[in-house]
Amino acid sequence: MRQQYAVKQLSIFLENRKGRLLEVTRTLSDAGINIRALAMAESAEFGILRIVVNNPEKAKSVLAANGFTVKEQDVFAVRVDDKPGSFCKVVEVLSQNDINIDYTYAFVGESAQAVLLFKTPDTLMEKALSALKDAGIVLVEPMFFYN
Amino acid sequence: MWNPIEGASRETIEALQLRRLRETVTRVYHLVPFYKAKFDEAGITPSDVDSLGKLTKLPFTLKQDLRNHYPFGLFATPMNQIVRIHSSSGTTGKPTVVGYTAHDMDVWVEVMARTFKMGNVGPGDVVHNAYGYGLFTGGLGFHYAAERVGAAVVPSSGGFTKRQLLLMKDFGATVLACTPSFALHLSEVAREEGYDSRKDFKLRAGFFGAEPASQGLRNAIKEAWGIEYYEAYGLSEIIGPGVAATCPCGNLHVAEDHFLPEIINPDTGEVLPDGEDGELVLTTISKQGLPIIRYRTKDITRLHKEPCKCGRTMVYIDTIKGRSDDMLIVNGVNVFPSQVEHVLTKVEGITPNYVIVLEKKGVLDRLEVWVEVDEATMGDGGIGALEGLKRRLENEMLNELYINVKIKLVEPKTLERSMGKAQRILDKRNADKQ
Repeated sequence: MRQQYAVKQLSIFLENRKGRLLEVTRTLSDAGINIRALAMAESAEFGILRIVVNNPEKAKSVLAANGFTVKEQDVFAVRVDDKPGSFCKVVEVLSQNDINIDYTYAFVGESAQAVLLFKTPDTLMEKALSALKDAGIVLVEPMFFYN
Repeated sequence: MWNPIEGASRETIEALQLRRLRETVTRVYHLVPFYKAKFDEAGITPSDVDSLGKLTKLPFTLKQDLRNHYPFGLFATPMNQIVRIHSSSGTTGKPTVVGYTAHDMDVWVEVMARTFKMGNVGPGDVVHNAYGYGLFTGGLGFHYAAERVGAAVVPSSGGFTKRQLLLMKDFGATVLACTPSFALHLSEVAREEGYDSRKDFKLRAGFFGAEPASQGLRNAIKEAWGIEYYEAYGLSEIIGPGVAATCPCGNLHVAEDHFLPEIINPDTGEVLPDGEDGELVLTTISKQGLPIIRYRTKDITRLHKEPCKCGRTMVYIDTIKGRSDDMLIVNGVNVFPSQVEHVLTKVEGITPNYVIVLEKKGVLDRLEVWVEVDEATMGDGGIGALEGLKRRLENEMLNELYINVKIKLVEPKTLERSMGKAQRILDKRNADKQ
């Protein structure tokens, strides 16, 4: 299942200095890369920008060529109704199966549905996907993000 | 061994040393006004030097003395005997100039041939020489010795990293000669260019020198290329590379039949017992063009007179721990950049590139080490893992250096990559005062 549902996420290390985020986004923009989802984690001195884009291979190579440290990781996505309790239900399934969530982020498109992204320990991803599928949660294939 | 003298009895070596030392002091006393004045001032004449122990009575020579007599004031032969002139970069004040007679060139090639012989370099080997060719003694010092031992030498000099990799691969280089930082830089670029540095090249040994390298950096180079690591120690004022070289046992033997080593307390000038750390002082005993008496190298090391398994009887020194110049005094504590490097190279997940930044925070010194983060460092855990790495490094630094060090994680390639000698220290403390 991992083969079918793994979504390539790029993590970019950024020093906390003025204009650095602009440089990343401009690099992606100049390469015609579309950011489909993003999350930012930060400490006092540095941050990690996590993105899911329409063309991860190309994004990775233009970022690396421009001197950014880029790490590619597998995450997975589920689609839920944009209403109270949807997120809770997914987290509950994972929790019941003893699957730790490293981090999660979400986006709401124009529809009445939201897409949630999850990063779990790599070794537990297969188990997470099966558990969610069994619980009737809609898994999103990576093609949804890529083009 | 290249030359049987390397394994001769101590009596033979010491008899040769005394004869050469006496010739040298006699020559400099009569031929170089600087030495005559210094000897007279110290109340010593060449005939007083009747044993090797008397060496300690002779005055020191400093780098500044060479500068003061710029360009040829300390030469001991007429200029028509000089066949080669090298010079330091002279970034601080006047350059230092060194001259070689034909005999000196023979000595230089001889001691460098011994260096190559440590790694059994000879006919059939291809030596890729990426030391800078020119006024710097590295390039030509390695070049002629590679030819002398019968290897094919590729005089690639520094720079043009990608082209160098192409030539190393296509010419089947078996031996690499360059600075340690450039060796590491080459391996990084090789990886970026899609080479497998261990499989795509035929390298089996490397001869590294011209800058200090910690054990960790050495291991990183050995690991990256899958090669044996030999150190070539030297300095242009003495002859260039070839003053000492690591044998297969890993001991840095001094070519004692040409250069007399002593270890002194850098503050008092007093000679220290064998095995104690101090400043290396070298006296040339066979050079004609620019003989030097008790030259203060500023390099910190120690002397070992124990026998070595390789059969060489010449004393060996520890790899240079640092330069007395490089020694930083941080809130009263002595810190060598090599200690910082040691910590960095034993922690996984960071590149061995770093910069030490020293600042005044009120009345106190603050030492910050900037460390590059790479793909491996980022790991899976994100921010937490990076914060953990930072804390771990800070703890390790405290254990190693006994002072608090602030670690700053920076993006790769932010730190200046050295193409020659690495610039790793940014001391802003004095700048702030002025």
